[in-house]
Amino acid sequence: MLSATETDVAASRERGAARPPMFRAMLPYVELGALVAALVVPFALAERTDLVTLATNVLILSLLAISFDLCWGLSGIMSFGQALFFGVAGYAIALVGRDLEFSEIWATLPLAMLVGLLLAGLFASFLLLGRKPPTSIFVALGTLTGSYAAERLVSGWQYVGAGNGLSSVKLLKLGSYEFVEGTAFYFLALVVLVAVYLGARFLKSSQLGLVLAGMRQNEERLAFFGYRVQLFKALVFSLAGMVAGLGGALYSYHQGFIGPGNMGPGLSTTAVLYCLLGGSGTLIGPILGTATVEVLSYVLSDVDAIKPIWPVILGIVLLAVVMFQPKGILGLVVSDRERIGSYGRRGQRR
Amino acid sequence: MALLEIRGVSKTFRTLRALDGVDVEVEAGSFHGLIGPNGSGKSTLLKAIAGAHFADSGTIVFDGRDITRATPYERARAGLSLKFQITAVLPELSVYDNVLLATQSNGRLPSLLMSASRRTLDDEVEALLERFRLIDRADDLAGELSHGQQQWLEIAMALALRPKLLLLDEPTGGMSPEERHVTGKLIEPIKPDCTLIIVEHDLHFIRDICDRLTVLDQGKVLDQGDVETIQRSPKVQQVFTTRV
Repeated sequence: MLSATETDVAASRERGAARPPMFRAMLPYVELGALVAALVVPFALAERTDLVTLATNVLILSLLAISFDLCWGLSGIMSFGQALFFGVAGYAIALVGRDLEFSEIWATLPLAMLVGLLLAGLFASFLLLGRKPPTSIFVALGTLTGSYAAERLVSGWQYVGAGNGLSSVKLLKLGSYEFVEGTAFYFLALVVLVAVYLGARFLKSSQLGLVLAGMRQNEERLAFFGYRVQLFKALVFSLAGMVAGLGGALYSYHQGFIGPGNMGPGLSTTAVLYCLLGGSGTLIGPILGTATVEVLSYVLSDVDAIKPIWPVILGIVLLAVVMFQPKGILGLVVSDRERIGSYGRRGQRR
Repeated sequence: MALLEIRGVSKTFRTLRALDGVDVEVEAGSFHGLIGPNGSGKSTLLKAIAGAHFADSGTIVFDGRDITRATPYERARAGLSLKFQITAVLPELSVYDNVLLATQSNGRLPSLLMSASRRTLDDEVEALLERFRLIDRADDLAGELSHGQQQWLEIAMALALRPKLLLLDEPTGGMSPEERHVTGKLIEPIKPDCTLIIVEHDLHFIRDICDRLTVLDQGKVLDQGDVETIQRSPKVQQVFTTRV
């Protein structure tokens, strides 16, 4: 049926090869800059342990932001409940530490990933795997409700510390070495974040990433191509839950505390803000968004003159960015074409 | 044996009976045209075949399998491919990536994740783009193509699924006479490999390309047969002279 001759195809390749690149790639430079900055930060801030703690928090919360970007930025799944998987995994490893006296890194981090994966898979089976495709509003409200209900549930459950949460979480261990707050924990969080980032980047640039890009634009069309769109959505949602679970475990170990607020709508919507502020669909954007929000919060809350009103100022800044720069900070330097990506072999491919 | 058997299919939207007990058989290897006045149910029937609508009653058997309640995904996997009436290309993806997306749809999940078929599908994608005169626009966004080129891209995407039955809903809608002529030339070569059902308002185009015609009027089959028979049919002539 496809009868074009080899000569035709070779000639067409020559024509394609002669064409200039369709866009100037900026994302690799942004990624490289972010990595260099992340490697320098602990040395530059060695004197300020509070700032190393802040930087570690940024890395950990970036996992939550990437989790949301996998859902919304890459796949078009509007999840308002990513903190649910973050928080539940954080509680799970805190309970394992408290009740089983166990906090070895080789078992507890995979356990947290498994908790996130299975819980998100369970939600996906209710919200995404029906015979008819669900609406975005249904998924958004379903995830939001799950996040809210879980927060209320643990707030009244004495076994998990009720409203006080679980404090004095056992330190994360590797054999006899204990990861305490500071440079060592920072680099642990950085290694985990880089590994997750590379995995997400691999997914985005693969042929599966092309399916997700198509799904985000017109999922009905993809069903007529023979793609099981709901299954792809459930898969990405579960993977995103796994990433959030990993972040929740690191957060719990790093803070030594996990509470109801770490799985509620507050943190879930903060993850949305991280992503929108930095630039959804780019993976690196949500990390920059997380750093911006957390650093701004830290700086503004420390200035005496504006201490009482810093959340208002932060809110106005975020509102302005979302209204006037809806493609986020990265939208200033990264073209739509590069953000969405290109998957074939002609012209400039990632 | 017919590739597609439609028996007593009816479809009602609120109070409008769009299809009313439609019976159609489509032989393998034929080019089958669906014609009729506006609102006669042509596109609704095509959508019922593709799975965009479920029939309220009746059965649709494709390649020996009852697909009446099958989802669009299941029908596509069974060998049905639809080109929408309103172009549904993915505007933010390149022309190349639109076709690649359709071409790779048979791939399994691990293969897609590992991009295992990207290189092997390249020749197939380029051949389709070459054939549909889109090779020089391969790197452009699909949304930047002219309307006629988007229609060709849609047909290329539908063919990329290697379907047993291709459903084309107004493939020349909004095209210039020259583009219509070219479209006919682009569609003709698929005949040895693929059965075609086509909905089209351009009767000259339909007459030139199809072997058999089904005429619908007010949701019912008015007449069907080969092109010569339909052209001579008094019932059809009456409808087309009084209502078209």
